[in-house]
Amino acid sequence: MVRVSPTRGGQPGLRGDKPGDPGYEENLAAFESRVSRGDKVEPGDWMPDAYRQQLIRLIHVHANSEICGALPEGGWIPNAPSLKRKLALIAKVQDEVGHAQLLYRAAETLGKSREEMIEELISGKAKYSNVFHYHAETWADVATISWLIDAGAIVNQTMMAEGSYGPYARALKRICYEEAFHLTHGYDMCITLATGTKLQHDMLQDAVNRWWKPIMMFHGPGDKVSRHTDLLMRWRVKMKTNDEQRQQFLKQYMPKIYQLGLTVPDEWEMRFDEVEGVWRYREPDWDEFLHVVRGNGPASALRLRTRKMAHEDGAWVRRALQSAAGQSAVGESVAGAG
Amino acid sequence: MSTGTTFSAAGDIQGEERSALIDLLYRLGDDDLMIGHRNSEWTGLAPILEADIAFSSMAQDEIGRALSYYRMLHALGEPDPDTIAFTRAAAAYRCASLASLDRSDWAFSTVRQYFYDVATTRRLALMADSSYTPLSQFVRKVGGEQKYHMMHSRMWVVRLGKGTDESRLLMQQAVEKAYPHALGMFEATEWDAVIAGSGIGPCEADVEASWVEEVAEHLSASGLAVPTNVEPTYGGRCGRHPEELGCLLEEMQKVYKLEPSAPW
Repeated sequence: MVRVSPTRGGQPGLRGDKPGDPGYEENLAAFESRVSRGDKVEPGDWMPDAYRQQLIRLIHVHANSEICGALPEGGWIPNAPSLKRKLALIAKVQDEVGHAQLLYRAAETLGKSREEMIEELISGKAKYSNVFHYHAETWADVATISWLIDAGAIVNQTMMAEGSYGPYARALKRICYEEAFHLTHGYDMCITLATGTKLQHDMLQDAVNRWWKPIMMFHGPGDKVSRHTDLLMRWRVKMKTNDEQRQQFLKQYMPKIYQLGLTVPDEWEMRFDEVEGVWRYREPDWDEFLHVVRGNGPASALRLRTRKMAHEDGAWVRRALQSAAGQSAVGESVAGAG
Repeated sequence: MSTGTTFSAAGDIQGEERSALIDLLYRLGDDDLMIGHRNSEWTGLAPILEADIAFSSMAQDEIGRALSYYRMLHALGEPDPDTIAFTRAAAAYRCASLASLDRSDWAFSTVRQYFYDVATTRRLALMADSSYTPLSQFVRKVGGEQKYHMMHSRMWVVRLGKGTDESRLLMQQAVEKAYPHALGMFEATEWDAVIAGSGIGPCEADVEASWVEEVAEHLSASGLAVPTNVEPTYGGRCGRHPEELGCLLEEMQKVYKLEPSAPW
């Protein structure tokens, strides 16, 4: 097994990590046997270039989703209707930003810098989760996102946390732990609205109606359509298909949605198949999904504009922090803080 | 500063001392709520992820303190914390203008936070032996978190003050803009003498004097000029606020007011 140092700046520079390279087949066989045993792959280990690229893609999309996910909910912090909710929402969105930081670091171990990833996000080149391409129109949207979208994310990330790449799996373990709090926070908000006044209940039902499509699409294209799944499962980057994750989510949450006296839109034809023990539904329009994640959703332009503006407004700060004078100033200031 | 009397609970404090305490708690709570609200506007949008996370933490600490001050007020017979926070008209708030001004750019937010942290640190230190026991106990508890706010603020001022010509210029402009409003934090109310005389808290002139000294020293050490002959922007402590507060309240109370009597 060839061991090399982690690389930086998007230049893997590894030997024999592509099909046809000398030693590739031998290294691949050893790699796959490790992975199938459940070993974790660490940054310095040999890995196929395709594995590296897939992971960079996945982690990058995940990190971007955390960053963009901070926007629809963050926008409602100023309007949070009680001090308790305000505190919880700030903490929640702060966690999302923290997750982005953690994930960018995990991706950096594979050779892509945070700056590069952020540039690709704001230039529209890199993708992020479909759900953040939609507007959060009311306070009930915040509740719905915190509950159902975070629930969907937990289904996905708990599975991914068992994956083969060590730094990503460890980051996900911590992320899932925090997401569990978000889910509780979201569920609590939804219970309050569902059992509150008519206005509050209707507001929540309206949010669920609008969010149901993005939620049904959240775990990605169905198994007949998904391009990436086979390879990812063989290399234990992913342990369940998109449809399996969607089923798990529906089995866990459809009953809870009904318990709150809520419904989902009829057009989805949701019904539980008692014989097969699975939820049946009208298949989402995956062309529409792809169109949305390529930057054509209702809020896509706003998200990128906001991110870009924040990035550009902060450029002078990053320049100052990187300057020698800015860096050497730290020691004195902390020493003087008493 | 004290007459030696200790008020161990809300029921023990009466008359003008009680009124003075209520005045002080509204000022403390409203300052923390407003600056916390402003700081939370950076959540998701700060120049670097680490700073984003830090501003969100400070916002939570500040809003958390506001909640604690409002709980103390509630114990003294004032409305419950959410009613205090979400239902008053602008003129009933007692925050200094420094806390309610728009978040503006990163330079302003950094400088404002530094000015606010120095004042808070000084004020908390002078209230650690407050004759009102619930207040002194609370102040001792938050001293720990405030120490980190202070380290953070000092570090940012010096890093941006000394960073590049561009950052120094922006920071200097922010200092000029924030300084009069910072002095407004020390606007004495009619209860100033009672607060100091009964040992509930410090008189504003004492907090101001130590603030001016510390700020001058750190600004100079950060390569920034200390403003001189500044006319303080008063008004916040008696309910005269910049227009920004009205806009902030409209935003803050928007959802609450859809169903003011329902839990959210």
